[in-house]
Amino acid sequence: MIEVNRKGEVWVYAEQEDGQLHDVSLELCGKARELADRLGVKMGAVLPGSNVRSLCDTLIGHGADVVYLVDDEKLAHFQTTPYAKVVVDLIEKHQPQIVMYGATALGRDLAPRVASAAQAGMTADCTDLDISDVTDPKTKDTHENLLLQIRPAFGGNIIATIVNYDMWPQMATVREGVMPLGEVDSSRQGEVVEEKIQIDEALMAVKLIERHIAAKTVNLKGARVIVAGGGGVGSKENFNLIRELAGAIGGAVGASRAAVDGGYIGKEHQIGQTGTTVRPALYIAAGISGAVQHRAGMEESAKIIAINTDPDAPIFSVAQYGIVGDLNQVIPMMIKSLKERR
Amino acid sequence: MAYHSIVCVKQVPDTANVTAEAMKEDGTVNRSALPTIFNPEDLHALETALEIKENYGGTVTVLTMGPPKAADVLRDCLFRGADRAILLTDRRAAASDTLATSYIISQAIKTIGDFDFVFCGRQAIDGDTAQVGPQTAEKLGIPQITYLEELVSAEGKTVRIRRNIGNGWEIVECQLPILVTVIETANTPRPQAMRRVMRYKKARVPAELAMEVRREMPDASDEDRQAEVDRRAAAQKEASFPVEQWDLDDIKADLERCGLAGSPTKVFRVQSIVLTKEGFTEIPATEDGVRQMIHELVVDRTLG
Repeated sequence: MIEVNRKGEVWVYAEQEDGQLHDVSLELCGKARELADRLGVKMGAVLPGSNVRSLCDTLIGHGADVVYLVDDEKLAHFQTTPYAKVVVDLIEKHQPQIVMYGATALGRDLAPRVASAAQAGMTADCTDLDISDVTDPKTKDTHENLLLQIRPAFGGNIIATIVNYDMWPQMATVREGVMPLGEVDSSRQGEVVEEKIQIDEALMAVKLIERHIAAKTVNLKGARVIVAGGGGVGSKENFNLIRELAGAIGGAVGASRAAVDGGYIGKEHQIGQTGTTVRPALYIAAGISGAVQHRAGMEESAKIIAINTDPDAPIFSVAQYGIVGDLNQVIPMMIKSLKERR
Repeated sequence: MAYHSIVCVKQVPDTANVTAEAMKEDGTVNRSALPTIFNPEDLHALETALEIKENYGGTVTVLTMGPPKAADVLRDCLFRGADRAILLTDRRAAASDTLATSYIISQAIKTIGDFDFVFCGRQAIDGDTAQVGPQTAEKLGIPQITYLEELVSAEGKTVRIRRNIGNGWEIVECQLPILVTVIETANTPRPQAMRRVMRYKKARVPAELAMEVRREMPDASDEDRQAEVDRRAAAQKEASFPVEQWDLDDIKADLERCGLAGSPTKVFRVQSIVLTKEGFTEIPATEDGVRQMIHELVVDRTLG
């Protein structure tokens, strides 16, 4: 662990694979920029990989003052142990006060390994981050400007705020899609610091034999409007109603787990705790009851319309507009109304 | 060759099925009303270890940390085929976060001794952190392979594992010993074997005996109760059940790294999710109602 270091930078772990930066890292750059400004410190991005120098400009354009570049052919493919060594060494050298990672499959593999080696605190799967003074209820000591690490817990039934008083850096993984992805500002200036980290052969214990990446066909995260159907849609054929409304409104098609499990639509459309987390300008939930697992993936949407025959369905609790009625009648009305406006 | 596996399991509240009975009047969850279950992904971790034992020979030891009641999941493991079960229970371990928990688990694994595999479920449904597996691997100084879907091959000390990486999969090769986290698509956990249920259903750890006697003999004197506990403990010894109870001293744990003292992360605030209806407009399911709603969305620039 490192000492409490109030001048320490705010860091983002820049996740890349095959030279492509992950969206969540850029989302985090926006948040880290904001937190760094509030703390009056610099914002840094840690970028390990091989032939990834060209990504530095993107990170600077999204808010980084400094990019710590570790370019080494041993880092060509992600492997937990050597990547963790890079991050731990840089933490010990530069003593950042905050380090955040995307809560991706890779981030949730790497971050706890780093936390264990650094003997520092780590909070998983945050949905919000903030800075605040915190008074320890036991000692009554007030700690200034701590990172509030806010996350759902207990199956999404509670929201917990976690803090780390003294075993720094304060570290968290953050769920994809919960922070807005800012525009890149190519006029921003930043510094690239090249770091050399000794990576012994013994650390390269896991060899990649074969990799298969499925093509992503659905861009739910980038959609401004999402029309999602649930178990109440009733059948695969009837799911075409959802697609038609999405077409009329210019939105993407989403689904609840019940619709995916029912075989109405593919898993790549699933929204919720085990699917994609989205925050579009408008989310239309048709025939979705709104279990906590689904709400966790969409309740940050700016506006929500819920259509359900059951007036007590929990989805209405997060909606701004609720229509108690049969989606088979309501959706055609919506399509008609939208077409009238053209 | 035969492989020795250690499987880390956890008893958790059934957070996925919060029923009306478990809700308090203010809309928050009454945790004590929730039933406890075997953490779902840990069952898949156990199954992976049992399949290795069947295919290659070896042993399966299960380890859990928790209150005496957590011995329930250990018995379940014995019913399904585990050889040895250890409950780590100690009040001084309470309030441990993932860093402290992984320290305690790693000390227990070192105390168990020789192993080829440590298996864990990817994450537990009460915290959903997925941190204890990787943190334990780091403390043991061994590689971690997260999100196992299939053990592709094992030859001597070399194994190949197919892991799910979210947007696809990869096959990696590694030398044992390793720690592996397992996801639910890996396999179908076997049911309990009736023969093993009959054989192990009476297995108890000492802490459970004390609780049972207190419950069954509420009016007895302390001496009588202690005598009954001793009698039952002797019967357990006679039956030589493969269950053990350890505390932090048994695993030579540094108390500064356990419980609250060893936990960097502190819960500052907990808010129960209370369903609210703020800013809610009910739209009648009519053409006029729908038209008015679409109009509002266009006016406030949500649409168009």
